[in-house]
This record gives sequence, C-alpha cells and structure tokens, in this order.
Amino acid sequence: MNKTNASRVLVVDDDPDILDQTADFLKSAGFIVETATGETNAMELLNHSHYDLAVLDLMMENMDSGFTISHRIKKTNPETKVIIMSAVTKETGFNFGSGTREEKSWIKADAFINKDLRFEQLLSEINRILP
Amino acid sequence: MNHLTLKTLVVDDEIGIRLGVQRILCMHPTIDDLHGDTASFTVTTAETGRDALDLLKNEQFDLLILDHKLPDIQGLEILEHLAKDKIKTLTIMITAYASLDVAVSATKFGAFDFLAKPFTPDELISTVEKAIRHIALMKKAEQLEQEKKQVRFQFLSVLAHELKSPLAAVEGYLRIMDSKISGDSITSYDNAIQRSLCRIDGMRRMIMDLLDLTRIESGSKSRSIDKIDITHLSQNIIDGLRAIADKRMITIETFIDNTVPFLGDRGEIEIILNNLLSNAVKYNRDGGKVELSSRKDGSSLTIECKDTGIGMSEDDKARLFKEFSRIKNEKTKSIEGSGLGLSIVKKLVDLYDGSIAVTSEIDVGTTFRITLNENKGGPAKGNQ
Repeated sequence: MNKTNASRVLVVDDDPDILDQTADFLKSAGFIVETATGETNAMELLNHSHYDLAVLDLMMENMDSGFTISHRIKKTNPETKVIIMSAVTKETGFNFGSGTREEKSWIKADAFINKDLRFEQLLSEINRILP
Repeated sequence: MNHLTLKTLVVDDEIGIRLGVQRILCMHPTIDDLHGDTASFTVTTAETGRDALDLLKNEQFDLLILDHKLPDIQGLEILEHLAKDKIKTLTIMITAYASLDVAVSATKFGAFDFLAKPFTPDELISTVEKAIRHIALMKKAEQLEQEKKQVRFQFLSVLAHELKSPLAAVEGYLRIMDSKISGDSITSYDNAIQRSLCRIDGMRRMIMDLLDLTRIESGSKSRSIDKIDITHLSQNIIDGLRAIADKRMITIETFIDNTVPFLGDRGEIEIILNNLLSNAVKYNRDGGKVELSSRKDGSSLTIECKDTGIGMSEDDKARLFKEFSRIKNEKTKSIEGSGLGLSIVKKLVDLYDGSIAVTSEIDVGTTFRITLNENKGGPAKGNQ
C-alpha cells in the first residue's frame, strides 16, 4: 500500500489503453490519479496543478517527451517525484533521441523503469521513492 | 554542399616533377561542380619509394601521383603493397611516353589512371580532375549510405515501439481478466475484451500498411496504367465507409468532374482516396460533413477532400506525413489507425510527381489538396 495518504499522481501516456490500465491500477492502490494523453496535454495540466508523483511514458509526441516533461517538473516543482517508463529498452541501442549517455546526467528522473514490468513492480518503485 | 580538401602525395625522383606538380595543384582554382561539392588540394612530396610507403602507411591520402620508375622500389610494387595492406588511395601513375604496356599493368594493379611524361600542366589538371570527380562521387555515396542506415535504424526503432504498444495493452487487459479483479462475471470485462480486439485489429492493419509501404519503396509493386473513373472509384470507397458514417450521421458529398479520365494505376489512386476519405470520416464530428471534389486540368488531377472535423495544430501538421505519426489527444483517443496511411499517400503522390497541401483549423476542419500528374507508367521508382 502507499505510504502517504492520498498522494496525487499524474500519469502520462499516449497509448489510451496503457493510460487507463495504469490509472486504474494506481487508483485501486489508493492514489488520487489524473491523466494526460501526451506532452502537450501534460504541460497544460502542470500549469495549474501540483502532484506528488508523475509517471511518464518516454516517447509520445516527441522521442523524448518524457524527458521534457520531467525537466519541466523538476524545474518548477523539484519535490515532485518522477518515474519515466519506456518500452524501448537499452538492448536496442536506442538512445531515446536525447543525445549521448553522458547527456543523460541532466535528466532528473527519480526512477527509470522498463514498461514491460508488472504493475506490482511499479508500485514497489513508487513506495521506494515517495517520502 | 561539402568542401573536400584532398590530401595528395606526389612521388617522383625528379625534383622538377615534384615541385612542378605541387605548384600546379596548389595554384589551381578550387574545382567545383562535383555533385554539389567543391575541392582543393594539400600536397606532400616524396623522393623514393621507401619514403612514399612510410608516408602512405602512416597517413591517409586521398590521391597518389606516383612515378612508375623510382630509384628503389618500382611504382608497380608500391601498388602491390597498397593492395596488400588494404590502403585506400586513388592512384595516378606517371609513366614514360610510349610505355603503354606499363600503363595497362598499372591499371591492372589498381591504378585509377595514368599520365604519360612529358605532360603539360593542362594534361595534369585534366587527369587529376577526372580522379577527383571519382573521389567526390565515392564520398557522396558513402555519406548517403550512412544517412540511409540512420534513417532505417530510426524507422525500425519506432516500429518496434509501435508494435509493442498494442501487445502491452492486450496483455494488460488479459491480466486484468486473469486476476478477476472485477468479479467472476464476464460482462464486467466487456471493455477489456472490446479494446483488445480493437488493438489487435490495429496491429494487423499496421502490418498490412507496412507491407504496402515497403513494396512501394522498393519499387517492387507492379503498376498498370489505366483510364481511371474517379466517380466510380470514390463511390466504392464511400459505400464501404457508409456504415461508420451513417452511425455518426456524417454526410459525404462528391463533386467530381469525370469528363476526362485520369491515366494512372487504379490500386494507387484507390489507396490515396481511401486514406483521405476514411481520415475525413474518422476525425470528423458527429453530424459533420465530408466533401470530395476532383477535377482534371490537362494532364493533372486535383483532388480535394474537406472535412468538418477536429482539425489539427501546426505542430501536428508538421508531423503529418511522417511514418507512425498520429495525432494523439483526448479527441482522438478512440480512433484507430496505423500512423502509416499518410506516409503511404505521400509516397504514392511522389510517384506521380505530385503535391499535397493541408489546411486545418482546430475544431473547424481539415482540407487535403492533392495534385497528381499523369506519367508514362513503367515500374515504380525506388527511394527518391
């Protein structure tokens, strides 16, 4: 179960089914969940809402949408935790379009996990990083 | 537009030749008209075969101007060394006049060309220019090959992502059903089942579109040019869309001037019309309207497809014809598509030396305007 009562989570994914499934799972785990269908939609929500946690898909409108959103969150709300999920693992050698591995040091995500993981594993990551 | 600086090595035991060639090359104005690139020279000289080999082993030279007769190692032997050590450089061999058999051996040993002594500055420049054009062409080909690999890698990576997504969605729904989290009644899982079927259908269509795309690109799609009756063709497509359109009370009107038929491949025109019309319906609002008009001017066919749909932003418009690019927002949530339709349309339009223009306004509608030119048939062109 979640550590903090009613933490607010923003889930962003451009796949409507993954978005619904992730949101439903987190709701059943006791979180207050808001959803966004992509980078543009997420930025709009971030303009007027605060979240304790953001769970972001990586590739949406752009190859690095997840990074862009994370960067924005950490700049304006550094206490918000960010988890980036990706379906394209490192084995493909794909550098997520955001430059070299060295450049990844500016990516301020609190956890970076593979989308293929089961939801339970997502939950344990969340419990690990939320205060 | 690149500027190539060609590293040149001049090898001759006669100092007059060495300095002469060096001066001629360095004083020569930059060569242009090299497939869009320009070139100039930096020149190093060597007096003996041994010196030449040392230089060649340690530095990369684009061009080698090599005397056949050297005091130590023979020019031909140097060519043998280069071949053995796989040292790549374009060689022009300087030979004594009338030694045609040497020239022939030289080219057999890998020399690109030869120059007979005594030669004038013009003869040197002319021979060198020939060699440079060859080098420029090779570099261009290498560059294009690299770019192609990059594009292909990017495409495959995005493809993997696009195919994994529906699989993950279906797997997620199956796990939900497996966990029986909503109880034992199958009707509680209706949404999961319908969404799964929808995603699977999407995958299948994506694979079919991919096959179409690769066939068009590789030129292996055979074309047969015919007189096309646009009225008839579009009517068939509209009949196919009737069920979906009627359910949402979307009307489809056509304004087709078919007095002069268009000469083209029926399958291709069908794909274009089908994509335009099905998008116009899919992205339309309930009770909305689709207008298809078409007109022939000389050997050009103009097709316009207008909808009163959700429209798109400038950003979306910029990405419209990219592979797998789909507009993803609240309004398009339940619209299925492979994201390949418009990139296929674009490739087909290219086959007709045509053009596509898009105007759109959010929540007002979108208009696609396509122009196709009749061509003389023949196999589809490869990557252009």
